[in-house]
Amino acid sequence: MRYAYFPGCSSHGTGKEYESSTQAVAKKLGMELVEIPDWSCCGATAAHGKSHLLNVALPARNLAIAEDMGLDTLTTGCAACYQQLANANKEMTENKEIKEKINKITGKEYKGTLKVKSLVEAIGTVDQELLKSNIVKPLSGLRVAAYYGCLLVRPPQITGFDDPENPMFMDNMMKLAGAEALDWAHKTECCGASLGVSNLGIAVKLINKILKGVIASGADCVVVACPFCHLNLDWHQKSVNKQLGTSYEMPVFYFTELLGLAMGINQDELGLKTHFTDTQKILSKVG
Amino acid sequence: MESINLNQSISKNADFIQRIGEESGQPVQKCYQCGKCTAGCPVAFAMDYTPNQVIRMVQLGMKDELLKSNTIWICASCSTCSTRCPCNVEVAHVMESLRIMAGRSGTAPAGKAKYVEIMYNALLSTVEKYGRTYEVGLVLQNNLRSGKLFNGADMGMPMLQKGKLKLSPSKVKGAAEIARIFSEVRKMEGGVK
Ligand code: SF4
Ligand code: SF4
Repeated sequence: MRYAYFPGCSSHGTGKEYESSTQAVAKKLGMELVEIPDWSCCGATAAHGKSHLLNVALPARNLAIAEDMGLDTLTTGCAACYQQLANANKEMTENKEIKEKINKITGKEYKGTLKVKSLVEAIGTVDQELLKSNIVKPLSGLRVAAYYGCLLVRPPQITGFDDPENPMFMDNMMKLAGAEALDWAHKTECCGASLGVSNLGIAVKLINKILKGVIASGADCVVVACPFCHLNLDWHQKSVNKQLGTSYEMPVFYFTELLGLAMGINQDELGLKTHFTDTQKILSKVG
Repeated sequence: MESINLNQSISKNADFIQRIGEESGQPVQKCYQCGKCTAGCPVAFAMDYTPNQVIRMVQLGMKDELLKSNTIWICASCSTCSTRCPCNVEVAHVMESLRIMAGRSGTAPAGKAKYVEIMYNALLSTVEKYGRTYEVGLVLQNNLRSGKLFNGADMGMPMLQKGKLKLSPSKVKGAAEIARIFSEVRKMEGGVK
């Protein structure tokens, strides 16, 4: 299966482990991720704080280029990019007036033929037998708390492929990889997103609530599907400890990293050694 | 909050009430103040008006108070409120429309809200220039504009060491196309600084 692939701005920077593990896992599964030529920023949270048209136009440029590639599905790992692209796609396919206006702004003709899928959905919906046959080193004994955050599952009018209050797709994938996915209460609580940049004092309280929930569930680690969630939970774990006097040392993995491990891909290729919170102690548990 | 004359406020600000309804596409008048949006809001503790209060204030036409509030900027756009509202009011969209209106009207946010606006502007100006977000530039600009020069600096070192900060921006080839998007939007609606 070939996909138009949108890497997103964090893919060469803060989210680079996500990118490398995504590429490695896709290769194993025979998914061809064709990078959208000259893709540009989706606008992230900023555009929808400033202008409705800009918020649709920035992702729409990418939709138009992707459509020209002749592929029918666009996928991206970043939950924020996913929501921006899916939202623009929805607005442009449902509202002709908006579509015309936006095409005029971008100077590109988007017809509205693409499907936008998050990477979790794209990987989670490949042939289950194929997925299973690639699991050669099951993560036996690893207890994970799957954290979905907001943008992958809400609002359901845009995302709409799993339960917005109790999503299970990442849990199921982790089970397939041999790990134990735990029930816990904070799966879809917000990590504060960009408040981690603008108002860290607010964000640490949100992150603390989530990490507390992880500890209460008895999990060994958290698994995420978004570079911003990763940044807040992994990088800012130190800030939480410093500002709130906690002592968390909770490893935070991308789902593609754990899936890759279970597929026997080596740690360096996956990028497991550049996390801020140590990953090695827990990984020695699964060999 | 001072006491207000409801009839006067509603009739004086009928335009505002209608515009927020239209721009957000939300049936704000349906809200019956159950409070579910606020109960699930992760940042209600840091807001000057809670989400349900904001909706009530829209119903009452309290434009000035809303455009000056920190709530509309602190809102993390998590859509928990929108997902749970029994009346299908997507509160997050209302927050967004208020934020955009505040920006257009030139109402300067204060305190915590100011930092959010500074970050939005820093992000969008890097996108306008390069077509992509450039994290180092973003953090530097953000810190310069907010006067919190060393914000995140102690965290920046480990990030550099892990090779997670790119020191030069990557610019898209179609940078002129991005500039066009910004200028067309400005022509059509103004308000994008
Ligand atoms: S959840 Fe809906 S009905 Fe209830 S207070 Fe909030 S906006 Fe009003
Ligand atoms: S979208 Fe904003 S107002 Fe609604 S729950 Fe999230 S942070 Fe609160």
